[in-house]
Amino acid sequence: MAAVEVRDAVVRWGDTTAVDGVSLCVPRGRVLALLGHNGAGKTSLLQVCEGFRRPDSGEARVLGLDPVGDHDELMPRLGIMLQSGGVYPWAAAGEILRLFASFAAHPLDTDMLLDRLGLRRVERTRFRRLSGGEQQRLSLAVALVGRPELVFLDEPTAGMDTEARHTTWQLIEELRADGVSVLLTTHLLDEAERLADDVVIMRSGKVAATGTPAELTAAAGIDLLEVRADPGLDLTGLRTHRKVTETSPGEYAIAGELDTKGLAEVLGWFAAVDAHVTAVSSRRRTLEDVYLSLTTQATVGATE
Amino acid sequence: MSAGTFTPAPGRAPMRTIIGKQLRMELLLTARRGEAVVLAMGVPLLVLLGAGLFEVTNLPTDDRLGFVVPGVLALTVMSTAFTGQAITTGYERSYGVLKRLGASPLTRPGLLLAKTGSVLVQIVVQVAILALVGFAVGWRPHADALLPAAGVTVLAVAGYSGLALLLASVLKPETTTGAATLIYVLMLSVGGIMFAAPDLGTAGWFLLPLAAHAHALRETLMFGGSVPFSIWLSLLLWAVVWLTAAARNFRWE
Repeated sequence: MAAVEVRDAVVRWGDTTAVDGVSLCVPRGRVLALLGHNGAGKTSLLQVCEGFRRPDSGEARVLGLDPVGDHDELMPRLGIMLQSGGVYPWAAAGEILRLFASFAAHPLDTDMLLDRLGLRRVERTRFRRLSGGEQQRLSLAVALVGRPELVFLDEPTAGMDTEARHTTWQLIEELRADGVSVLLTTHLLDEAERLADDVVIMRSGKVAATGTPAELTAAAGIDLLEVRADPGLDLTGLRTHRKVTETSPGEYAIAGELDTKGLAEVLGWFAAVDAHVTAVSSRRRTLEDVYLSLTTQATVGATE
Repeated sequence: MSAGTFTPAPGRAPMRTIIGKQLRMELLLTARRGEAVVLAMGVPLLVLLGAGLFEVTNLPTDDRLGFVVPGVLALTVMSTAFTGQAITTGYERSYGVLKRLGASPLTRPGLLLAKTGSVLVQIVVQVAILALVGFAVGWRPHADALLPAAGVTVLAVAGYSGLALLLASVLKPETTTGAATLIYVLMLSVGGIMFAAPDLGTAGWFLLPLAAHAHALRETLMFGGSVPFSIWLSLLLWAVVWLTAAARNFRWE
């Protein structure tokens, strides 16, 4: 049984369709990142999984249960981190964490969590006086304190500084290593690339692409070839199917069709003009390139 | 950190523990809010001592304390069950606290129970303190009719809570605060606490629940008498109407 299974979910807010027929699956013990711009439907989809909202059509099962109908049974098994709010502004950070800890049968040590998330210093500070990053870290601590099987993290590192972001990433990696399933939303590509076993890229409420980070980038293939050879070659013959520029004397950047045949053609051309090639390097697309090509061009079809 | 720190071990603490901890937090946060404490204790004490001991207002009786103390008790019940609860719930909703706590092992029914418990604890403490202060300055109530007095109070609490939750659900928190404060001031002036309530006959009990509750407390505590049937009916009606409306319209976010 999967940790999360969503089938053809549709979520509408008034006339706007925020989620338009999304299906996804988070296997147990894995980290799935929902990647997309603001307004792509990530939070709406998460709300369906958290049982805050029924989908207008389609279905969600969380740990095999109905997130709305089996809400009370499900809640102790989930850790939920909302994007903002959800906490008494007048309660101190430590009081809030201990309150949520007291709801759980086998809570984590709250002191350990405060230390690890760098909240010890603000333990007695009221929530509304915490910085945005501190509020985020407290929300994360609250989500984890009940030792859940599955956590939902809505933009977990939004508003955090670099150090806190890395601490959070380490925690999420540790969660995964300890067998916790994670569904997180993010618009940070490096976050998805580093943490996720599976990535679902959403665009305008639809799934634009799914796969592991490696699959998503591998499918895109080689994107740029850099060749070092004699300077000042006449590139006319090479330019038929490709974009070629001499970026600096003797450094050639070739973009375009670069499948195996294309690569052979390019190197064949250098051989044909009797050039002395001293270095060849290829650059593969990053998740960022894939993401940008999927989310900025309306013409790119969804791949599933 | 050693491996296995986060190994899942989900589970809900005993419901009694959970609700107890939440109740404690509710009371702690109420005590922390200065204006809530003033509203809950400061104003009633001032009215009790001011109007109860000095000829600052015209009362339809010479037994000033006998008239004022039951009225102040009724006022306190309203300020806690209605005004305080409407304001707190409105802000908690807008801060996402209701949504967040509802989505925790506390559950929504658990949260409502803790909130009800917190209001009841506050009212019991407030009534006890005010009654003691009243007693200390010479108030001598009848003890024979405590049960009906408690009965109308429970109905009043139910009606006020229903209206509070309804307002907090349909209005913005700032509007809720304004409306709840306005109603409080309005009731304080025409609710028959410091002055006699405007004589609207039986209809008055249905329009001014505070006046009805205060009158019922006077009939019981001042005279050891019984609560008029029209007052039972009016408070019961308030409780049923507002609780039903609140149950239909209550919003967690």
